[in-house]
Amino acid sequence: MTATQTATQTVEIKGSPARGAEPVAAAAPFVGRAMPRVEDAALLTGVARYADDLPVKPGTLHAAILRSPHAHADLLGIDTAAALAVPGVAAVVTGEDAKRHASAFLVGIRAPMEHWCLAIDRVRHVGEPVAVVLADSRYLAEDALDRIEVRYRPLPPVTSIAQALEEGSEPLHPAVGSNLVNSRSFRYGDPEAAFARAARTVSVEVEYPRNSCTPMECFVVLADYDAAEDSYEVLSNFSGPFAVHPVMARALNVPGSRLRLKTPPHSGGSFGNKQAVFPYVVLMGLCARVAGRPVKWVEDRLEHLMAATSATARRMRIDAAVEPDGRVLALRMEQTEDCGAYLRAPEPASLYRNHGNLTGAYDIPNLALTNRIVVTNKTPTGLNRGFGGGQLYYGLERLMNRVAAELGLDPLDVIRRNLVAADAMPYRTASGGTLDSGDYRATLEQAVREGALDALMARRDALRAEGRLYGIGYAAVVEPSISNMGYITTVLTAEERRKAGPKNGAQATASVAVDPTGGVSVTVASAPQGQGHRTVLAQVVADVFGLRFEDIRVNTDLDTGKDAWSIASGNYSSRFAGAVAGAAQVAATRLRGRMAALVAAQLNCRADDVRFAGGKVFSDANPDNGLSFSRVAAAGHWSPGTLPDGQEAALRETAFWTPEPLKAPTDGDHINSSACYGFIFDFCGVEIDRTTGALRIDRYVTMHDAGRLLNPLLVEGQILGGFAHAVGTALYEEYAYGDDGRFLSGTFADYLVPTACEVPVPVILHRESPSPVTPLGAKGVGEGNCMSTPVCLANAVADALAGFSVDEPPSLPITPAKLAALIHPPEPPRPAPAAGMNEIPPPAAVKGGRGLTGEGSREVPATPEQVWAILLDPKELAALLPGCEALDLVGPNAYRAEVVVGIGPVRGRYTAEVALSDLDPPKALTLTGSGTSALGSGSGTGHVTLERTAGGTRVTYRYSASVGGKVAAVGGRMLDSASRLLIGQFFEKLVARAGGSAASDAHSARPPSLLARLLRILGLNR
Amino acid sequence: MKPASFDYLRPATVADALAALAAGGDDARVIAGGQSLMPMLNMRLVQPRLLIDLGRLEELRTLRAEDGWLTVGAAVTQAEVLARPTLAREVPLLAAALPWVGHFQTRNRGTLCGSVAHADPSAETPLCLVATGGEVVLRNLRRRRTVPAADFFLGPLTTVKAADEIVECVRFPLARPGSGHAFREQSMRHGDFAITACAATVDERSANLGVGGMADRPTLRSWPLVDGGLPPDLDDALNAFAWDLGGDDDQHATARYRRDLVRRIGRTVLEEALSCRR
Amino acid sequence: MPPLTSPETPPVLAAETRHAVSIVLNGKPRTGHAHPRLLLSDFLRHELGAHGTRVGCEHGVCGACTVRIDGVAARACLTLAVQADGRRIDTVEGLAEANEGRMTALQEAFRRHHALQCGFCTAGILMSLTDYLGRNPKPTEEELRDMLSGHLCRCTGYAGIVRAVMEVTGQTMKEVSHV
Repeated sequence: MTATQTATQTVEIKGSPARGAEPVAAAAPFVGRAMPRVEDAALLTGVARYADDLPVKPGTLHAAILRSPHAHADLLGIDTAAALAVPGVAAVVTGEDAKRHASAFLVGIRAPMEHWCLAIDRVRHVGEPVAVVLADSRYLAEDALDRIEVRYRPLPPVTSIAQALEEGSEPLHPAVGSNLVNSRSFRYGDPEAAFARAARTVSVEVEYPRNSCTPMECFVVLADYDAAEDSYEVLSNFSGPFAVHPVMARALNVPGSRLRLKTPPHSGGSFGNKQAVFPYVVLMGLCARVAGRPVKWVEDRLEHLMAATSATARRMRIDAAVEPDGRVLALRMEQTEDCGAYLRAPEPASLYRNHGNLTGAYDIPNLALTNRIVVTNKTPTGLNRGFGGGQLYYGLERLMNRVAAELGLDPLDVIRRNLVAADAMPYRTASGGTLDSGDYRATLEQAVREGALDALMARRDALRAEGRLYGIGYAAVVEPSISNMGYITTVLTAEERRKAGPKNGAQATASVAVDPTGGVSVTVASAPQGQGHRTVLAQVVADVFGLRFEDIRVNTDLDTGKDAWSIASGNYSSRFAGAVAGAAQVAATRLRGRMAALVAAQLNCRADDVRFAGGKVFSDANPDNGLSFSRVAAAGHWSPGTLPDGQEAALRETAFWTPEPLKAPTDGDHINSSACYGFIFDFCGVEIDRTTGALRIDRYVTMHDAGRLLNPLLVEGQILGGFAHAVGTALYEEYAYGDDGRFLSGTFADYLVPTACEVPVPVILHRESPSPVTPLGAKGVGEGNCMSTPVCLANAVADALAGFSVDEPPSLPITPAKLAALIHPPEPPRPAPAAGMNEIPPPAAVKGGRGLTGEGSREVPATPEQVWAILLDPKELAALLPGCEALDLVGPNAYRAEVVVGIGPVRGRYTAEVALSDLDPPKALTLTGSGTSALGSGSGTGHVTLERTAGGTRVTYRYSASVGGKVAAVGGRMLDSASRLLIGQFFEKLVARAGGSAASDAHSARPPSLLARLLRILGLNR
Repeated sequence: MKPASFDYLRPATVADALAALAAGGDDARVIAGGQSLMPMLNMRLVQPRLLIDLGRLEELRTLRAEDGWLTVGAAVTQAEVLARPTLAREVPLLAAALPWVGHFQTRNRGTLCGSVAHADPSAETPLCLVATGGEVVLRNLRRRRTVPAADFFLGPLTTVKAADEIVECVRFPLARPGSGHAFREQSMRHGDFAITACAATVDERSANLGVGGMADRPTLRSWPLVDGGLPPDLDDALNAFAWDLGGDDDQHATARYRRDLVRRIGRTVLEEALSCRR
Repeated sequence: MPPLTSPETPPVLAAETRHAVSIVLNGKPRTGHAHPRLLLSDFLRHELGAHGTRVGCEHGVCGACTVRIDGVAARACLTLAVQADGRRIDTVEGLAEANEGRMTALQEAFRRHHALQCGFCTAGILMSLTDYLGRNPKPTEEELRDMLSGHLCRCTGYAGIVRAVMEVTGQTMKEVSHV
């Protein structure tokens, strides 16, 4: 699919903002206008300062992190001596240091699980930090990484939700005893009665994969420790929520006042991900303390993809009690959430963020719910655009689609029939949410009309008539914004909540100050990551003071040691437009009131009659006789002593604003989890290529009601960006793991972020139903398409596959291979080999086992006894093992080998444990080996059988190998063929040695083997 | 993600490069465009002691068509070959395939010889070289040898090139009158390595299909034309070829999907190549 | 090391030594020092202080570090600083500098069309475009997207970028599909 291919004809977009920004005009109001951004000049000319561009203190050390190649292993010991001997290395920090100077992180549920900033006695996911080298440069630090020796004892990995739920799966946290670490059931309304009286039950079962928004800038931490004051000063591109600040401070064993956290002026995207910097803030604080010098760490892309963070994977089963007309009376939901190796703050928030809107945009009064949380040997999860919404709505909107399919109804009619009615607003959902505003049905009809659904239907008919696979999908969702800081406590029982104390609200802060020249400064704790907060705040505050847009200077870099902030501060849950911009308006309005009082007497009017416009301050009754704004500002600073009694001169105001409707969960577990809820209705047309299975998005229409739009240009940018993420989620992106726990998506060549050729331009439509909750009437808008679009596309795929008796479309990401498997007829079988070709061993990869597996056989011109003797002779074995430089006997049939192994120029030096077992002379044996190098871990088992034949011996082997760490993460595409090549080298040498000829050197160039030449003659060309 | 330490030499002559390479042995690597090697250096998958830069050697900037061959020297970039106005006439298959190689920005530095030496089983240039019956010219201090492309590739990242040799140039046979060519590949995203790539050539006597992304090296199979057309049992032949190629499951696609593509796209490109003979 | 035959071949640059590297950066000669393994991206940012070039993946896929080397767009992360010795390197800082301190028409169009959000990928995209539009001044939307596929942007969905370029090249963008 390419975007341009989709663009065959142009349609006018109604309701979409003007193409491009408006020219700046002098007069307010600015709110509601497509203002160009104040941020852009610095970003476009290269002078913007991101965290890695800021100066460091003299003597700063650079950190590199040693990470586990194993998904699950006991950590037996770390030898850092050789690393410390590398010139330029100042220190190597390990879990021992963490135990001495730090504490485990607080965990959000009551279970004995410990998570430290460095592994203590066990590693639980590939990429988990094990040690940190601090050196004069990053290059030197990485040199020393390769010299650290770590001894691991691998444990069975848990790599799926199903496996985590199995009795007897290896517990990641033995003290918990199970990988099911939390389970809660909820009941709202009377679901049992509804199911009993409903005409029928429709069910859906889906799984949502792991993926991540991968901002273009990775994590950066600059940390320093002041021993005299026992305090930490850290600069990081952390994005909040600042509820994590106390978690960091506790882990560093200091009160929050002694962890001064600053954010840089610019940040290269987050989409929630930069919440996950926080363990590294603690880790680098620890490093600075141990080294006694400032420390800088810049995460690289391999580290980010492998170990930074991920959206949760979720398994969902939903049953719906439905009437014959498609009305849904009740839902029975089971959600099982994979949070990875550790429950890291603020998890299990992904699972509970949507608790108040579990029934989506629908009027469904009865709900039974079970939420389970499991841990697996994968990267811990965290914030990611759409946060829990993509997961929830994938299940819910697939269910609504299935209701239509099973009842033979139009899916759009089923949506229409169940939407919350306009006159029900504000609508209280079964689980306690309050949908604050909107006319969902009218919004849907507007989208159908303006998005030209009828034309799309006609197109589907026409293309289907040509035999093409075309489908239309729909999705309707509510988009929550401004999270209730208490929703996460819904995971606790009412009893546990009473003990812990109430949690609620979502406090936003903003400070507005007027200086003696009349300049206006705004400071917020919103930690923007590219959304244009400074622009919007300038619009809001310019309007309040009647000033020019460019008169307002907005400062968004944060210093927790000086600025106003609270736990809800930060950049997440789409809280900016509603909460932060609102708080700025509140602060500015209060300050304006104070200035009005200052000048009322002078203007001969009441303070209420003072007006601010056009840079002037004047009485409503006498607009011509005003003062300049700067004059009033100067008075506040220069003449505080001559003010009338009771008047405050201070021209600075800090507002703390929290949405009134955000209460703590009730004893009945009702929770209004967000302050406001936007509405989205999407529909789309997709085509599946019959030859390749490739999916093309032909048309996508997305209709948003996000309340009042503060800057339509930026709103459009948020929708386009969210849509692009959603296209990635739906069709391309997945953090993939092998069933042996190895991580497979370690580069941008394998983690498939969509490019300009993959992302089409959607039709964007708007409707504005101001929120009664927020000061400006605005709601969040940036996450919605991550919730609606993946399932909308899946519903379209389901429609396109209507002729193939497929109940569920393939799991996300919907790849061409998965679609082809459904639309292509059964594969023609492998033709029988021609006569005389039985001798050709097919090098086959056998699937279904763990890791990489394969089998093959070779004919060897020697007796089984001779072959046996070779295999059991250490000297011979050393010659057979690819790249073996030394082989020492360490026990009966057990060796320690030094091997340099790899393919082509890619080589790793492994110290390997090699053993022969299951000896059945001269018929069979098992050869095992395992080792670790800077490239990662490797292990393998080969079962070898010897069978006497006329020409000598047939050696048959069956192997399974497991490769972990870096080489698997970056080279997954070639692992199978590489392991075949290496195994092949072993047996080629065996053939050569048994045949009496000199073994070929696996490293040097060699002519094609006889076998290869024979195969080529036969046309197999191997 | 920074390279391990190495010495660096920018020789002024090929002879100097070869002398340094001979001395450095297995611990020396040559670099030209660096678009394959540099990522591996940055990831420390490859850790040479000596890096020999061929990028500025005028001797290796040969790009010429003569005696029936298009010769492309080791320092010639993919962008330079793609920009050659006569390429579509000379080696139409290469002209069709090069736009699929990486991106505009990597083609600006990446070389054809580098891609051939790297021997990624999914890469387009090695496939074109095999499919057109091209050859690889290897050179060390003592001698120069020419290896048919079909014999050059041994497996993933593995070729017959010895440690003291460089790929001096690759040679593509110029398209003969009456031949036809077609190239198609299926990748996950634009510019990604191919899941499966199919390169077809058809001349007066035979239809030839080269496939990349399946076996551990680009692989070619030929069928005689029947009455001037594709063999009537082509579907069976493609099925047999697909199975023989093997192919593996990975995180993006299954082996079965790859075989499907050989059966389907294989036919498409063969038909295309037949129909565009000139 | 055997004796090299040609006197023009400079000596081997030793791994453990920082060597002088001289480039013409945005029209001005600059010299810094680099170990042979130092990446051009790190050299520009941390040795010369030209931090407008961003680093996003260090394996050549994301395009954030794209600069012009002798005019040709290339990945700075896939180039060694010593390889750039004697070359002309152009980075994002030079665009406005060369335009009497004002943003270029392309930069202005990016701003108007909200073609950037976090801005981290922007410098690389501008440098690619500067080379590309010089060779192909009026690309079709399909050609343009093909070239842009060498850059990853996580914020914009690319729509604003395409719009901005189409406007600067005097064309209009097709907004949506069919119907």
